[in-house]
Amino acid sequence: MKVYYKTLKDLPREELFAPGHRMCAGCGAAIAMRWITKTIGPNAVIANATGCVEVTTTPYPETAWMHPYIHVAFENSAAVASGVEAAIKALKRKGMWNAGDTKVVVIAGDGGTYDIGLQSLSGMLERRHGVLYILYDNEAYMNTGIQRSGSTPKYAWTTTTPVGTAVKGKIQWKKDIMGIVTAHRVPYAATASVAYILDMVNKIKTALEYTEEGPTFLHIYAPCVPGWRYPENKTVEIARLAVETGYFPLYEWDHGKLKLNPPSNNHLDKSKRKPLKEYLKLQGRFAHLTEQEIAEIEKELDAYWEYLGKLAQL
Amino acid sequence: MQIQKTRWVEALTGNYAAAYAVKAADVDVIAVYPITPQTTIVEKLSEFVANGELNAELIHVESEHSALSAVVGASAAGARVFTATSSQGLELAHEILHIASAMRLPIVMAVPARAISAPISIHNDYGDVMNARDTGWIIYIAASAQEVYDTIIQAYRVAESVNLPAMVAYDGFLLSHTVEPVELNDEEEVRRFLPRPVRPYTLNPKRPVTMGPLASPDWYYEFKYQQAVALKEAYKVVKDVDALYGEKFGRSYGVLETYKMEDAEYAIVTYGGAAFGNAKAAADIARERGTAAGVVRMRLYRPFPTMDLLKALEGVKAFAVLDRAIMFGSPAEGPLYKDIATAMFIHGVDKPAVGVIHGIGQRTMYVEDMYKIYTMLRENPRKEVVFMGVRI
Repeated sequence: MKVYYKTLKDLPREELFAPGHRMCAGCGAAIAMRWITKTIGPNAVIANATGCVEVTTTPYPETAWMHPYIHVAFENSAAVASGVEAAIKALKRKGMWNAGDTKVVVIAGDGGTYDIGLQSLSGMLERRHGVLYILYDNEAYMNTGIQRSGSTPKYAWTTTTPVGTAVKGKIQWKKDIMGIVTAHRVPYAATASVAYILDMVNKIKTALEYTEEGPTFLHIYAPCVPGWRYPENKTVEIARLAVETGYFPLYEWDHGKLKLNPPSNNHLDKSKRKPLKEYLKLQGRFAHLTEQEIAEIEKELDAYWEYLGKLAQL
Repeated sequence: MQIQKTRWVEALTGNYAAAYAVKAADVDVIAVYPITPQTTIVEKLSEFVANGELNAELIHVESEHSALSAVVGASAAGARVFTATSSQGLELAHEILHIASAMRLPIVMAVPARAISAPISIHNDYGDVMNARDTGWIIYIAASAQEVYDTIIQAYRVAESVNLPAMVAYDGFLLSHTVEPVELNDEEEVRRFLPRPVRPYTLNPKRPVTMGPLASPDWYYEFKYQQAVALKEAYKVVKDVDALYGEKFGRSYGVLETYKMEDAEYAIVTYGGAAFGNAKAAADIARERGTAAGVVRMRLYRPFPTMDLLKALEGVKAFAVLDRAIMFGSPAEGPLYKDIATAMFIHGVDKPAVGVIHGIGQRTMYVEDMYKIYTMLRENPRKEVVFMGVRI
């Protein structure tokens, strides 16, 4: 990534995400929205998929969005953004666009990205629209009341993967969305966390500028208080532990090169990672896990790190 | 009346006529996705763009759902947009049909009508269009390639005046793939007829707006009521634009077309090119044999031309409604028949009216069949739904 903001003092001051929205106290996505809107600046159009962020920020006749903003449906935010980008391009060519270098940004949750929106996302990436697609990942359908998605991790409790006597939590592993996106050979894709603001804003800005070349993608990890079952003052702590334990590595895919970012750049050495348990034990959704199940998740995590290590060497 | 002189005639299919109209309208963004029998529209438009004859962005979407979604985004950003689909594609995009009209976006879409699966059929009926009839779109049903061309141009003017999307439907294959002479307008004249409107709200950072918000029970109903009013009020605009187009280009159609209705005692009411053409031929035969037969064709299906239609049927003793779609389990299976029955009920009109279902999956509708309808009306006028042309 390019470093646009070196210290906290360099961070953009202008607030473009208005207060008074209905997001939960301690919402990880709310932190992400504030920094996304500040970083992309006012000359951008936002296309939002149906989800938590959409319903909590646009209760008519109010809106938290100081950008031009459009929500159409759940599965099509990438297609809508493709249309917006194409319109700006065509109108510019015909001398009918008066707002200059306007960027187009998608904001969608994990349901709208991993699952129902995957097809339109793939189409947008393949067609190489100059759009920044930002996924805020809270690992389940939180808006409808905590149902499992393709992003929900194995064994996690959700209302559709309850902890029963026969089955306990989700049976399957989380989908590798970054792998799917980078397989489209986009110019830039990166992971980011609401616990690492400087890293996140530099990635947002880098991804935004790279839209000159084509589609870019950000996977922002955004803890969810009611969905993950933890106290609302623990959001940043949990997000940080997700990185420190190696559960959610910070890395970027820049023109075919994978680079691990601090602190994840030290985590190829397993001894530098905090024990996974520290991350899991703070969350009620993992409260039922046995030692054996935790060991199984750790084993899978080790395999994932081995895979990332190999990618980083390419 | 001033008719400009730089027109010329081309031999075009219905689909190519649609593409020429879109080119004349100087459309900015087109979502392209193939489906039979629509495909040749977007093929032709792709050629226009590839040859530099049309300055538009093509979005080669990965589905019809994304096609309509992309033109929703582009229209919201202020572009003039177009897409086209048929049958399963219209079904897949159905969710966005409702949203496009509710967001008040002046999208124009061509729909060469085709039967719906299952069993899969690529052939023509109006199952697809009729399933979209209550989604808040203005719906035209054209009956010739010339009318397809003229209607698409009119549709832009109407849609951009009332901020509602418009669908221009016509017979798949029977019209989309058959060649007719089509008189094309001077493109500069078309562009003068379609000045760029000042849209009240678009996605522009200079004047940010939130589109597609969440509406609570305190607000939702007002949105939907305004939408209902807007579509009703579009009726007058449809008529005015058609008249204006007639003055400018010498061709206009009205909201419905009548054939020998002045003294008709028995009528067939229908829509689309094939049904209308054969009904006219049957009316001629019936008249030769002494029956005062006439035909009414619905050119505008939504908003429904209630009063004009009732007026056209005022003098008839009995009529039949020839529908090319089936509404399963309904009190009467023909969608147009149901609409007309409702209109008659509300306005206190009571006369025999037979609902005829025919031409399903492009089952051939013979002139002889249409003639039989006139005979049926004369000998046994009643209220009933008849499935015609099917092996029972």
